[in-house]
Amino acid sequence: MDLKDLYRDVILDHNRQPRNFGALTGADAQADGHNPLCGDRLTVWVQLDGDRVTDIRFEGKGCAISTASASLMTEAVKGKDKAAIQALYEQVHALLTQHNAEADASLGKLAALGGVSEFPSRVKCATLCWHTLNAALERSAAAVTTE
Amino acid sequence: MNAVSAAAAPFDAERVRADFPILAQQVNGRPLVYLDSAASGQRPLAVLRAVERYETHCHSNVHRGVHALSQAATEAFEGARERARRFLNARSTREIVFVRGTTEAINLVAQSFARPRLGPGDEILITGLEHHANIVPWQMVCAQSGCALKVAPIDRRGEVELERLLELLTARTRLVAVAHVSNALGTILPVKRIVEAAHSCGALVLLDGAQAVPHTAVDVRALGCDFYAFSGHKLYGPTGIGVLYGREELLEEMPPWQGGGDMIRTVTFEKSTYNELPWKFEAGTPNISGAVGLAAAMDYLESLGIEAVAAHEQRLLALATGELERIPGLEIIGTAAHKASVLSFTLRGCHPHDLGTILDTEGVAIRTGHHCAMPVMSFFDIPATARASFGCYNTEADVRALVAALGKAREVFG
Repeated sequence: MDLKDLYRDVILDHNRQPRNFGALTGADAQADGHNPLCGDRLTVWVQLDGDRVTDIRFEGKGCAISTASASLMTEAVKGKDKAAIQALYEQVHALLTQHNAEADASLGKLAALGGVSEFPSRVKCATLCWHTLNAALERSAAAVTTE
Repeated sequence: MNAVSAAAAPFDAERVRADFPILAQQVNGRPLVYLDSAASGQRPLAVLRAVERYETHCHSNVHRGVHALSQAATEAFEGARERARRFLNARSTREIVFVRGTTEAINLVAQSFARPRLGPGDEILITGLEHHANIVPWQMVCAQSGCALKVAPIDRRGEVELERLLELLTARTRLVAVAHVSNALGTILPVKRIVEAAHSCGALVLLDGAQAVPHTAVDVRALGCDFYAFSGHKLYGPTGIGVLYGREELLEEMPPWQGGGDMIRTVTFEKSTYNELPWKFEAGTPNISGAVGLAAAMDYLESLGIEAVAAHEQRLLALATGELERIPGLEIIGTAAHKASVLSFTLRGCHPHDLGTILDTEGVAIRTGHHCAMPVMSFFDIPATARASFGCYNTEADVRALVAALGKAREVFG
């Protein structure tokens, strides 16, 4: 287990200066995520054009892995539709949970999360933002169907 | 123990450490530095061997059996009960109920004592320091019976505001349930004072002793409490075994909590009659080897001397507190005047969860999170803390390893 592999420079940078941080006014949907084990909390807001995320922001308190993962996620999903986001999440999940998984080039900066797989107790820190985004997207879908 | 004999026999933590085989291992390529005894203590060889001896030579089901092994098991189990009685200085083994742990003990009192006799207008008083196990069972009773839960606040040092607690004690208060020692912050509560005040209002008192028993000799008669609960595994004994002490008159009046074998005298389809104390509260086959291990842990701790252990832990706490206070950005959470050897803290710019991971890579095991005390975290407006806790086997070298590992964390997150 190499600490530098977990806390890569990209992770430390996004923890110190999270991108797309702060509430998104006039968002189409939002969801709150909570990891009761460590107390991490975050809120994800999304702006949608049909199925496509046109803007996304988040806010919350969490560990470096949780904050950096959320920050990287917001950068990665902006402009993608739900199917592409789901596919991306599956790639990230494989990276986080499979030992020695080779990061696919299409993951871009998200590949910096590759060290997490050596620290199983931290996987949930990295996935919290994705579950929260998923809840926000489902909520927006639910809102559409009730109209 | 007087000062002379204490000085004559200095506490030899290195020798104590050698009694705990688990501590001899490497973690992540570093010697293990175990600073998580407040979550669970490790077991000395004396406990491991007592359990092995029981399992190898004595095991069968307890009570009722006429064969040799059943008698040996019964003697071992009931012998452990007598050991626990002596440990707490209870009057009688009828007052010693074996349970899974502190949580089950408190739930037993909640459901069997509080629920049948409390109702609207009655109050249960707890403090802002409590572990979830001393909050949620009372919330359940409140929902079931219509009584109300009151909470005595704490201050910024992590001490219970005693004046406020005394104000909240009224004729409506039926039960006061407080920690003897706070698990999240280490605060030692003035429980004798609280017991006296509660009794003068006609309220009964349950003490959650989970964090107290490894650090202080408990005399339930001197404390005057009505119920006392603790777990074996915080006391260097096995998991899955604990003790509920209850005053005999109270236990006698309480209905059984769980029904089943062993807790009955006679059963017909029309009606069953219940066994006498303490077995009335022990439905089903108990954790026999756990009780045996717990008794061995009590023997072990008393052979070291609880006062000598506590004095040693206080030295480590003072040393660690002084060292950590010097680290820039580090804030100690919980600075009560009287503390057990628990050191909760935060480090600016480094979430406790990250701290825990970094320390682990250095072989240093600490606890990070809310420590099952979310209201304490809310009070200090933090999501979590890092918590180092010291036991009888910890040494000054362990404190130095903690400080060095914190330096590493500051490097990573500097």
